[in-house]
Order: sequence, then structure tokens, then C-alpha cells
Amino acid sequence: MGKIGAEILIDALREQGVEHIFGLPGGAVITLYDKLYDSPLKTILARHEQGAGHMADGYARATGKVGVCVATSGPGATNLVTAIATAYMDSVPMLAITGQVKTNLIGNDAFQEADVTGITRPATKHNYLVRDVKELGRIVREAFYIASTGRPGPVLIDLPADVAAAETDEVDTALQLPGYKPTSGQGHARQIRKAAEAINNARRPVLYVGGGVIISGCHEGVRELARKGSIPITTTLMGLGSFPETDDLSLGMLGMHGTVYANYAVTHSDVLVAIGARFDDRITGKVDEFAPEAKIVHVDVDPTSIGKNVSVDIPVVGDAKKTLEELNQLIETRERGEWLQRIRQWKEEFPLTYDRNADVIKPQAVLEAIDRATEGKAIIATDVGQCQMWAAQYYRYSRPRTFLSSGGLGTMGFGLPAGIGAQFGCPDQTVFVVAGDGSLQMNIQEMATAVVNELPIKIALLNNGYLGMVRQWQELFFDRRYSHTYLAEGNPDFVKLAEAFGARGIRVEHPDRVQPAVEEAMRITDGPVLLDFHTDPEENVFPMVPVGQAIDRMISGMA
Amino acid sequence: MQKHIISALVANKPGVLARVSGLFSARGFNIESLAVGETENPELSRMTIVVGGDETILEQVRKQLDKLIDTVKVQDFSNISHVERDLALVRVHSPVSRRSEVLELVQIFRARIVDVGHSEVMVELAGTEEKIEAFLDLVRPYGIREMARTGRIALGRSVNR
Ligand SMILES: Cc1ncc(C[n+]2csc(CCOP(=O)(O)OP(=O)(O)O)c2C)c(N)n1
Ligand SMILES: [Mg+2]
Repeated sequence: MGKIGAEILIDALREQGVEHIFGLPGGAVITLYDKLYDSPLKTILARHEQGAGHMADGYARATGKVGVCVATSGPGATNLVTAIATAYMDSVPMLAITGQVKTNLIGNDAFQEADVTGITRPATKHNYLVRDVKELGRIVREAFYIASTGRPGPVLIDLPADVAAAETDEVDTALQLPGYKPTSGQGHARQIRKAAEAINNARRPVLYVGGGVIISGCHEGVRELARKGSIPITTTLMGLGSFPETDDLSLGMLGMHGTVYANYAVTHSDVLVAIGARFDDRITGKVDEFAPEAKIVHVDVDPTSIGKNVSVDIPVVGDAKKTLEELNQLIETRERGEWLQRIRQWKEEFPLTYDRNADVIKPQAVLEAIDRATEGKAIIATDVGQCQMWAAQYYRYSRPRTFLSSGGLGTMGFGLPAGIGAQFGCPDQTVFVVAGDGSLQMNIQEMATAVVNELPIKIALLNNGYLGMVRQWQELFFDRRYSHTYLAEGNPDFVKLAEAFGARGIRVEHPDRVQPAVEEAMRITDGPVLLDFHTDPEENVFPMVPVGQAIDRMISGMA
Repeated sequence: MQKHIISALVANKPGVLARVSGLFSARGFNIESLAVGETENPELSRMTIVVGGDETILEQVRKQLDKLIDTVKVQDFSNISHVERDLALVRVHSPVSRRSEVLELVQIFRARIVDVGHSEVMVELAGTEEKIEAFLDLVRPYGIREMARTGRIALGRSVNR
């Protein structure tokens, strides 16, 4: 007896170890949903396809597994696009399955037809339009392999409705990928030796590590490297969690909203070792003045990342984990007392700080309260804007896969659905969503998903009544002309809104109430809770490197 | 600006051309010419792409092409001994009174006449880009009415193997 396409797909997903699928049905995937109805896969109904996409993404970031999302053809698929692009920019392994109109209608401007492989081509690692049900088993296997190996990324399978319903007993499964040779081994031995030599001879080395460290799971190797060589270490936004920020060697984050001492250390370094990071413009500022004195070592799995934005002295193409295993054996133990002393002075002179005695709630204090209540061990899923930067600066991450944020694309509305996905993947961990009032309204409908599934996620809303990050730029660079960034007058009562969804809501308006409210949220375990923190509307994120400036030219506060 | 001939063996499947051309446009690489055709292996096509740009740009082009799942092999012919050809079809204005002059040029360049009309001939010419440019230069005064070119194709010489 043969199987139909939808069954082949589900079998293939199960064979790949998939347990959760996030999606929303429609005509072109109704056969698939019919088969999901009594399959052992847990299918989660999102309230918007973008939400489903970010859930799969958050799930993948938190667990390291491939996240799976489903949408119907046309508008369902286009609603997924932002989530796919978000995952692509941050190298998140994801499989997006979209329904498509029947094969004989493709190209006819049929009802709910969109050229989805065309639309998503530049935002996926690869994509497929399935034309024959016999190919489906192979395509699903290929998709998982591509999504999860080398530099990971989203893969999309566009599945016409008739192919999902077509029956066959021939399922071809052998991969046909002659052109795909993902980097999986360690870097070239000679390059590793050169890198070790440069590091051993360095007087002022700095490690600059990015999301690649988390993806390859080499945080232990990075820790060993840092400790053995007494090398201070700074992480990008995507690299948060790869090194405990409570450690003396930690410089926190670098770049536009990085710490002064991280940016100074990089600027004065003589050897900069980049691992799984890509010299993004938010990191380098003015490229010509980035780490001007440093010899640059760059370890990356993706050859296209090396030498793209800055020229590299010692490129090492390889898997970071395997490369570090090799490299660490060649690293000599060093004290580097003088360099560390200099860094200690910078840390004392330019700490991250804010007004702790204010009589309004400072957003930074909210993050510190969450840090205390969770001992730095929660999963933090963020929105985008000031809230994201405070979450990066004032929570002290100590474990990989605990900071989930849209770094590359900067997608507002990411936090809530990503937090939901993470909670599905990690049911025993505490998940906090750090939300902005602008961002939260972009995917607020997913409150329903959290409530229905009784997810104990905690949403810390930094309600400043503004599209705060844009307002900050307007304040600093556009003469305080707050063009279309004021939200407060239209904002809903978020507590009532949470309650309308069937969630708990707690309004917090006084600094003294911040810590108790967080503690109270920690005690709620049977469903979501929204903490509506009314924070200082005009608080700014500092330090800040203005766009295009060298990273040691930071604004550290309002004049 | 330097020109490079890049040769990519890619899967012979729908959508691959769009992937390659999309990659070039998305990253702002300028394609001078692009020729696609089947190879000895029906599952593969060869794309010959001429691009302009400095070393860094070229390096990116090569790596980005290589990264596409459908690309099996990428070669830059700049430092490899190779043969390259371009094919042009040109309709040259040539009234009977001046036709013999045009025919003479056709002979010298070892081109061929493939169509004849009352006041024009169609010439087929294959060769390196320089040869084609030289021919075009010489017939331009007679009037080029229309022209089509394939763009360059290239293969490495056996000495490389
Ligand atoms: C989808 C999307 N639209 C617009 C932007 C531009 N943008 C970046 S930050 C920001 C403000 C975010 O406001 P809010 O969520 O309230 O966070 P806050 O900065 O106030 O903490 C905007 C509009 C974006 N990043 N994403
Ligand atoms: Mg806001």
C-alpha cells in the first residue's frame, strides 16, 4: 500500500527527530493538517504565521535542533517571510513548509498563489518546489541536512496541494547534493599553528566571539582558550552566553552599544581573535579605525564571512569547536598582568551604569531584578529596540542558548513568539520575554498561543510609551523632533489586554515594586504572566557609538 | 577595473539561473556577460560569467557562488590557461554597391554570411572578444543594424589537467 505526500512528509519529519511543528492551516495544507491531526507530532497553532516562524526559530535557538513551521500558500507563506529572513540573518536552522497551489495551476495567478520559492530565494539557505511526490522523502532529508550543517540556516519546502495528496509507494531517499560540501572539520593545521603563534606572542590579545561559538557548541573551548592565555573576551549580541559575564576576563558586549572597556580593549589590542563572528557594521563602527593595531585572526565556518568586511591576517576556515580543540593545545599559559590591569582600570573608570536613585522605574533595574531572581540562568527572548540592548547589557548571561534575539535583521515582535518556541523546547527552564511596547504589539496575538498551551513564560514589558530606540536617535541626532515615535496615547492597557487573553497581568509603576513583582511572576507556573513596567519614557541606551564613528568614540550619556 | 571569467558548474534544474543572477544583483556585483548551456553531463550546466571588480570583490563572488547548494564547482580562469570564445550575429548594412568591401572583411576575419537581404547581410563571427570587437569596429562605418552576442564561454586547456 502506498502513502500520500503528507504522510511521507510526516514520516520524514519524525525520522529526523522532530517533535514540534508550529503553524497555521489553510486550503493548500489542509491535507497535511488532516494527517497531522492524528500523528504523534505536537502541532502548535499560532495565531499568525510570523508568530509560527519565530516560534520555530526560538525553539531552534534554545535547543540547537531544527525548528519546523508550516503555512498555507499565498498570504500564509508571505506572512512567514519576515520570520524566515530573521532566521537566515542569524544562521538559525529552520525548516519552513509552505503549501502551494496545485501543480497544474502554478504560474496562472491562481487563488492564493505566490511565487514562494522566488520570494524566499535570497532569504533561505536553500529552497525547493516539490513537483513529484516521489522526490518528497529525499527533499525533506536534504532540507534537514542543509539546514543543520555548515553555517546553518532556514530551508523552505514549497509543497503543492496535489503533491501532498498524491499517492506513491516509491520513496526515494538518497541525498543528491553533489554541490554541497559544508565545512565540518577543523581549520588548516598550518593556519592554526600561525594563529597560536600570534596569540602566544601577543601582549594585548582580545577574543571577539560571536553566534558561531554558540552554534558550534564550542563555549567550553573558548573558556579554555581565554583562561589558559589570560585573554580578555568580548562577545557580540549573538555571542552572549558563550562566556560567563561574572568572570573577570569578561568584557561584556562590544560595538555600538557595547561597554566602553570592550571597545577600548579591541581598539588597543595587538592581536584580535575573532571566532564565529562576522565583523558586522554594528560591531566595527568605522571600519578603517577598527582594531587599528591588531593582527586579526578569524576562525569561521563560512568562507564568505572571512575577509568580507575587514582584511584578515590569519584566516582559519573550519568548525570552531574542532579548530579550538586543536588550537588550545598550542596555546601557552600566560599571565598578561599588565594588560589585564589596564582593562581593570577601564572597567573601574567606565562601568555600565544608570541612575539607581531615580523615582521612576529605570529599565536597567528591571533587567537586574530579573537577573537576581533567576540567578542569570533564565532564557531571555527579546524584542528589538532599547529593550533589547538593556537586556544585552544588564542581564549577566552565563550559558549558551539563553539569549534569543534577532541580531541580524532586528525584527520587532520577535520576543514573544521566540519565547514561546523556547518554552516548548525547554519546558523545565524559566523563560523571560523582554518586550518593548512597540514590538509587543507586532505579535501580541501569540498571547493566545501561550495561554492555551499553559506556558509559564514571563513577559517583562519595558513600557516606555515610545518606539524608544528611534526616539533616542531623534533626540540625539534630529534635534529632539519626535516624529511618529510616541506610542503612549494609543497604547492599550496591557494588564487588561493580558487578562482579556486569559493571562495574568501585573502593573508596576514604582521602583520599589520591581523586584517583588518579578518574584511574584516567578511563582506563577500554570500560565503566562505579563509584567507591565512603566519605565522612564526618556531613558537612553548608553554607551553609544554614533553610526560610522570609530568604536572608541562613545557617547556615554546626555551632555 | 579588472575583468574575470568565472566558470561555474551548476545543477541543470529550474531556478538555478535565478539563484545565480539573484546573488549577483543582491550583492551589487556587476555581470558583464553570462552564458549558460549544457555540459557533457546532462545533469550539469556550465555558466560562464564575466565580472568586473577588484580582487576582494572577485573573491566574494567566487565564494558566494561556491556556497550555493546547486553549484558543484567554481573556477576563475584569470590565472588558468584557457580557450575563450564569443559568438556574434550582426546585421550589417551593405547595399550592393559596397557589398564587396563587407565581404572582404568577412573573409579576413573568417566570419560567415548566414543571411542576405537587399541592403544588408547577416554575419556570424566566433572568436575572442578582441577579434569580435575589431570586426565590429571595421563594419561600424557601414552601419550595424542589429546585433546579438552570446557572451563569453571558456574551457581550461588540457595542460591544466
Ligand atoms: C519590524 C520592524 N519595524 C521597524 C523597526 C525599526 N525600529 C527599531 S527599534 C524600534 C523601536 C522599538 O520600540 P519598542 O518595541 O517600544 O522598544 P523600545 O526601543 O522602546 O525599547 C523601531 C521602530 C524594526 N526594527 N523592526
Ligand atoms: Mg518602547
